[in-house]
Amino acid sequence: MAEIETTFGQVDPETGLKPMVINLGPQHPSTHGVLRVRLALDGEQVRACEPIIGYLHTGIEKNCEDLTFNQAITLTDRMDYLSPITNNFGYVLGVEKLLGVEVPKRCQYIRVMFAELSRIASHLVWLGTSAMDMGAMSPFFYTMQQREQILDLIEMSAGTRMNPSYFRVGGLLNDLPPGFEEKLRAFLDGFPRWLQEYYNLLDRNPIWLERLKGTAPITAEQALDFGWTGPLLRACGVPRDLRKTNPYSSYEDFEFEVPIETDGDVYARYHVRMREMQESLKIVRQAIDHLPEGEWHVPGWKIYPPNKAEIGRNMEALIYHFKLFTEGIRVPAGEVYSAVEGPKGEIGYFIVSDGSGKPYRVRVRGPSFYNLQALPTLVQDKILADVVAAIGSIDIVLGEVDR
Amino acid sequence: MAGVEDRPILFASMKKLAQWAQSGSLWPAQFGLACCAIEMMATAASRFDLSRFGAEVMRASPRQADVMIVAGRVCQKMAPIVRELYDQMPEPKWVIAMGACASVGGVFNNYAVVQGVDRVVPVDVYVPGCPPTPEGLLEAVMQLQKKIRMGGRPMAPEMPSPEEVART
Repeated sequence: MAEIETTFGQVDPETGLKPMVINLGPQHPSTHGVLRVRLALDGEQVRACEPIIGYLHTGIEKNCEDLTFNQAITLTDRMDYLSPITNNFGYVLGVEKLLGVEVPKRCQYIRVMFAELSRIASHLVWLGTSAMDMGAMSPFFYTMQQREQILDLIEMSAGTRMNPSYFRVGGLLNDLPPGFEEKLRAFLDGFPRWLQEYYNLLDRNPIWLERLKGTAPITAEQALDFGWTGPLLRACGVPRDLRKTNPYSSYEDFEFEVPIETDGDVYARYHVRMREMQESLKIVRQAIDHLPEGEWHVPGWKIYPPNKAEIGRNMEALIYHFKLFTEGIRVPAGEVYSAVEGPKGEIGYFIVSDGSGKPYRVRVRGPSFYNLQALPTLVQDKILADVVAAIGSIDIVLGEVDR
Repeated sequence: MAGVEDRPILFASMKKLAQWAQSGSLWPAQFGLACCAIEMMATAASRFDLSRFGAEVMRASPRQADVMIVAGRVCQKMAPIVRELYDQMPEPKWVIAMGACASVGGVFNNYAVVQGVDRVVPVDVYVPGCPPTPEGLLEAVMQLQKKIRMGGRPMAPEMPSPEEVART
């Protein structure tokens, strides 16, 4: 803090002037939530930049300790609220690792399908809002329209549009509903045309190219030092993707490429995300084509509760159901780190269990937090307008930064 | 008054006319906090189209807005800023508390979250849901319009001063 203070108050030896300190946020249309950025400006040039976070600190990690393992899933939804399903994913995989169970193939495929759909949904919101930051209004209306189709699919199966808590420990909330496949296929067939439309709207737009190309560059070494993951790191030329390097939930069954760009600027990040949407589409298509038949949750009643019809018939089922919903799943004592590749990067969960029905500690590695800390490096000695482009390209979600 | 009846002139009470105009052009402050802000964006976007109700002109400055949609959880650090934004808005002004968190604290009953934004600013319409669907927000906007047309002025109960909010 002391270092930053001296930078902010420093007098330029040549001109004898102090830089002007301005405040961006926490209420500002281009900070994507409640980020506050303190900037020291010399004319238009940024001399110092300090992101100030904590305006959305919700105490999610602490609250998780108060809830059973299954109840805590609802809180993970509310961190990265652009793709709640990938948050659920990392958490349930962690708890399942502690329990030592593996869910059936059908469940794994459905999970992959929804994770990729929500990756597309998250990238669509990013594309719409960051284009709006750059002054292009219309892409927002197009991208939100396509996102609605994905939300409809989630609503069909999970019952709610956002924050669905669809993945449960040992399975899913329920199987795919009737009519889901037709609707999904209609989306898969229609979406490539829209993706091309976005390219047409933006990639030939001179203003968009002018503002993005060469803006806020970073080298691969710097990016790795900051702990960058996800599309941002891949835009610097580092082919790191947990889906390839540490496959989880049957990702090894799917054929897809990891898009890489080498420039490390805002334009490269834009391209990586656009190509990622195409790859996600490929994965979803493979998942629905080769969706295995069979069970979609782990057998037995110790982890996944018995269904309603069984409870009506069977006393034992009723007891298990009651125990699961009052005491929670008994997870053996131990600790585990589980990570998945979210739309923003590596979402990691460090879960400690003391053998009771509630987690002893849940520590979350939110990718946005690590991605955001590179902002001062990205905008050092650049112009003020580039700050907005840089914040947009990082694709931060403050719910995940502050938790 | 001779000849008036031939011309296209309407007579109305000034108050009613003002209320009608106010209810038809609500300008929300563009100000999102958490998950609900994404649903607020969806409400403004093409499918639900908030502009059908005349409330699509999201203003980035609170000085130009007359309705504040508190979309998301209000945390202790954010509460004084929410109040400051509210104080900056010109009268008459209204507040919609969108979602469970803004209404009562939602699932976060803990040290970090203000248990309802009505502890900081007076609220006119509460929207349930976590997050509410865009239809829910549209209903809230319609309720607010009804309230304005019925002559409901913004409530002015005893609210804590900004200094007191900052202390809590």
